Amino acid sequence: MSRPIDLTPSPALVVRRRRDRLFHAFAFAGALLCLVVLALLLFDIVSTGAARLSWEFINSFPSRFADRAGVRAALWGSAWLMIVTMAIAGPIGVAAAIYLEEFTRRGRLAAILEINISNLAGVPSIIYGILGLAFFVRWLALGRSILAGALTMALLVLPVVIIATREALRAVPGSLRAASFALGASPLQTVLRVVLPSAMPGIVTGLILALSRAIGETAPLIMIGALTYVAFVPQGPMDSFTALPIQIFDWASRPQAAFQQNAAAGILVLLALLLVMNSIGILIRQRASRKLQP
Amino acid sequence: MSLSTTQRIPLRSEQKFRPVEFSALAFLRASALVSIVTTLAIVVVLVYESIPFFRHVSPWEFLLGTQWTPLLEPRAFGVLPLVVGTLHVVIGAGLIALPLGLLTGIFLSEYAGPRTRALLKPLVEVLAGIPTVVYGFFALTFVTPILQRFFPSIGLFNSLSASIVVGIMILPFVASLCEDTLRAVPRSLRDGAYALGATKAEVTLKVVVPGALSGVLASFILALSRAIGETMAVTLAAGSTPKLTANVLESIQTMTAYIVQVSLGDTPRGTIEYQSIFAVGLLLFLVTLALNIASNRILKRFREHYE
Repeated sequence: MSRPIDLTPSPALVVRRRRDRLFHAFAFAGALLCLVVLALLLFDIVSTGAARLSWEFINSFPSRFADRAGVRAALWGSAWLMIVTMAIAGPIGVAAAIYLEEFTRRGRLAAILEINISNLAGVPSIIYGILGLAFFVRWLALGRSILAGALTMALLVLPVVIIATREALRAVPGSLRAASFALGASPLQTVLRVVLPSAMPGIVTGLILALSRAIGETAPLIMIGALTYVAFVPQGPMDSFTALPIQIFDWASRPQAAFQQNAAAGILVLLALLLVMNSIGILIRQRASRKLQP
Repeated sequence: MSLSTTQRIPLRSEQKFRPVEFSALAFLRASALVSIVTTLAIVVVLVYESIPFFRHVSPWEFLLGTQWTPLLEPRAFGVLPLVVGTLHVVIGAGLIALPLGLLTGIFLSEYAGPRTRALLKPLVEVLAGIPTVVYGFFALTFVTPILQRFFPSIGLFNSLSASIVVGIMILPFVASLCEDTLRAVPRSLRDGAYALGATKAEVTLKVVVPGALSGVLASFILALSRAIGETMAVTLAAGSTPKLTANVLESIQTMTAYIVQVSLGDTPRGTIEYQSIFAVGLLLFLVTLALNIASNRILKRFREHYE
């Protein structure tokens, strides 16, 4: 009979295993902290603003008196801004992505464009605001209009649209393109009738992502001068406007508690809009993935 | 010849395109060039509009001056107080977001099971999707009151509170970028370390993280560049008092907050205050651009290393 093997771990191993468990707990706590912060943030906003939220708040114009003020002008301004921004950035962004993904070979121009787009994505939003102020508001004399704001926003979200659309196009299998060519379709017909339709869910998700970035952006709009007293619903793209995040900023920067409550209620409206937009995006993605399954 | 998913459509010579196709292609190409034009327009606007400013104030005086009093007599345009204010926020936010973000990235990539990950990752992304003005509100109404309990001398506006919320804001970026780079480390490296008897923590800290170091570094630089460009939270929470101070309990002003302050005041075009925002904007643009380029370079090298 052989001697029984000693299976008790060495003291060094005991220490190493303890360190291992400790690190696991540490990493878990770190990740958990993110959620705690998120919960605190939501708690702070809901506890301050929920009482102020009412139909009247949504349907009233801004006012000197906190209890009579509402977000009607800001909501309409944001809606106009989002629609015009998408009308500009959507087609240009998708077209740019199609060009980069389907019609260029890996060359010098493609490389320059790629680096340029990733650098643009990192430019602070306030710099776009400065560009909008100097270029659209003053040089092109568009004034402090919805159009000037939307053009500025469109440039800001363009990298997001391009990057998301390129990913969606890349996910379309090459066999679809080959089949289309085999049927005698031209490159453009192939892109418009075969590649784009099957990339559509991904593109729409990207557009919604870009919109949810744009709807919360404040700094560029302040730069082009959208922080003004607007007590009317804009009727066209050349009207002056205010937007939801601007209204929130205006209220949050006032010392009175009543305006702070308005700011929190405005944030709740903004977050609700973001939630709706993202839910639509998720729904589209799920529909699309169900469709692709055999 | 097989068509892979990434292969481009074979382009014949463009003469064979019909007129419709030709103009469509022209539209596509023009759209792609919009991004180049945007970059050029940013540079042109910033340089052109700040030339008059630099006629009044020498670049030397601008970069090395220690007084920033553009709205008061005697006027002085030394940008250092704004740079120091920005540094407050960048360093404070970095101290919070870099370690915590890396830790969260490690947890998501190495420890979380598929179910935990499916729950945790979207929630972290929610944190990234919250508009910055909301973080400003959070700083004013939640973080600063808590800080006031610990530091009774703290002002309503202070750089500490702004740093904390900017840290929270860039944390999700660090976490998801770190997670991506940690995941890119080949499994074989982990397996090799396990085969040598390493514990999971040892594998993570001594093999995976060092293996992804350049990617982690790139994500850190990108996050700090975002902190520099952050505007609304620092405007709301850090105040508008440009000063050279190391005290995080005092009110300061960042470069971005100064630009907002001037544009809120509706200064007429042609005045030196109006011109000064382009000079500060130019500095801000150059610094963030340099950081982004550095980060992209490092990331590219990291990818080439493993792919």
